[in-house]
Amino acid sequence: MKILVCISHVPDTTSKINFTENNTKFDTNGVQFVINPYDEFSLTRAMWFKEKQGATVTVVNVGNATTEPTLRKALAIGADDAIRVNMEALDGLSVAKQLAVIVKNGGYDLVLAGRESIDYNGGMVPGMLAALVDFNFVNGCVGMEVDGNSVKAIREIDGGNETLTTTLPLVIGGQKGIVEEKDLRIPNMRGIMMARKKPLNVVEPVDAMSATTIESFEKPAPKGAVKLIDADNVDELINLLHNEAKVI
Amino acid sequence: MSVLVFADSAEGKFKKSAFEVVSYGKKVAEQLGSNLITLTINANNNEELYTYGAEKVVAVSNDALTTFNAKKYASVIHQVAAAEGASIVILDSSIDTLYVAPLLSVALDAGYASNVVALPSATNPFTVKRKAFSNKGFSHTVISSDHKIIGVAKNSYGVFENPVAGTTVSFEATIADSGVTSEKVEKVTGKVTIADADTVVSAGRGLKGPENWGMIEELADVLGAATACSKPVSDLGWRPHGEHVGQTGKPVASNLYIAIGISGAIQHLAGINASKVKVVINTDPEAPFFKAADYGIVGDAFDVVPKLIEKLKAFKQA
Repeated sequence: MKILVCISHVPDTTSKINFTENNTKFDTNGVQFVINPYDEFSLTRAMWFKEKQGATVTVVNVGNATTEPTLRKALAIGADDAIRVNMEALDGLSVAKQLAVIVKNGGYDLVLAGRESIDYNGGMVPGMLAALVDFNFVNGCVGMEVDGNSVKAIREIDGGNETLTTTLPLVIGGQKGIVEEKDLRIPNMRGIMMARKKPLNVVEPVDAMSATTIESFEKPAPKGAVKLIDADNVDELINLLHNEAKVI
Repeated sequence: MSVLVFADSAEGKFKKSAFEVVSYGKKVAEQLGSNLITLTINANNNEELYTYGAEKVVAVSNDALTTFNAKKYASVIHQVAAAEGASIVILDSSIDTLYVAPLLSVALDAGYASNVVALPSATNPFTVKRKAFSNKGFSHTVISSDHKIIGVAKNSYGVFENPVAGTTVSFEATIADSGVTSEKVEKVTGKVTIADADTVVSAGRGLKGPENWGMIEELADVLGAATACSKPVSDLGWRPHGEHVGQTGKPVASNLYIAIGISGAIQHLAGINASKVKVVINTDPEAPFFKAADYGIVGDAFDVVPKLIEKLKAFKQA
């Protein structure tokens, strides 16, 4: 089984979010970048398929050279090789179109991605990619098994889970549950040394227009201070929630 | 140039988000001087949507669509958009719709803006405001393609009445092959889900153990709220994973979010920040959650929550 894992290079969750150039660019100053947490769950599942079912695992990112440390980290975790499509990621559709070329040329059976990235939160690339290459698609995936060509996948729904059956080739939009948090791997020294020698191929993008453009950013309005209520006066809380906030 | 809204339902009943997207779609149609078409699938009372401005409802009824299937739903929306000449499609942000929208985007070759929180600020170029960076920022995004898809973030616009004399027509959709088959649906029944709830009562490690969740459930009952928990609590197995809210868990965008014994790690806040009013009950006055909250009580949950339940019961009866 040939697996492709899509890796987004995103600011760490604890990053302060600021904008520069008249609020048109995200300020990367002092920001630590990581593998998108949703993608990390999917990558870890791919490692399981590699170890238990003999799959090969390629990781891919659409981005400029600054994303390479993130791809190297995925290699250190255990992916076999990496591809970087040399293009600034502009919007979901244009990224999906680049990935579609990689998927078609690489003959992958299974594409594992995260449900969404924690930077732009679009939640669109996995589904768009599936539609572009005409693969089956399961989103919000919290568990999966592959047996030959058959796949059993579990997805999260409102208030529960749904079990689905489908077949390869397949795209998965994964999230926590596809592996558990405790199964996530921290690269060890040996993995980091080996990752330096693994192939990281840079390919040039195909011509694909983006359909959306970010004109500017805005920060949320600063929040007012919390109103503290005495623990012995819960009546006051009920009063405020009813008369001021009007939520009960 | 019509505007098409998909009004989602479950077991024939419209979701609250259906009324929100119809309210939103009506305004977008007015901005564009265009007409509004509302698509429903296996819904029982289509005329309910007239209250929110749905002048023309296109109703699809088909047993093959009783169980949700993303590819089939995307195909039905695509067929109706084509038949009605719709260039703008408006969707909600439920788990199911987020599964459908990217498929529809490719089918229509449409630019898709998800997490939209307000009416378009301009229609030429077509500009919408979206949440980004896990609620730590917004982007103003221009959709430049001929067809456009807008995913309205839950509870961000609101429900507005705008009664019209509507009509409902039925539509025979061709059902697509899907390649994905539903085998089993396991759902908690008789409980408000986190996605649908106006109020969410959430608790963390401060509760000390799963045996203490009785009062959390009772508080949720009194408020008609869904229960949720922090990540450590679901990792410890005190509560089911489906209750975990926060960055890697379920997102919450309720009107009222009550956090009990949760310190407010940044990953937790990223997932619940879209909630309108946040109440924090915590023994530690230095807990970071107080900085993100609207109302706070510094106190012991085991002391405050029972009092709150008692007072709320009295309030509800009054």
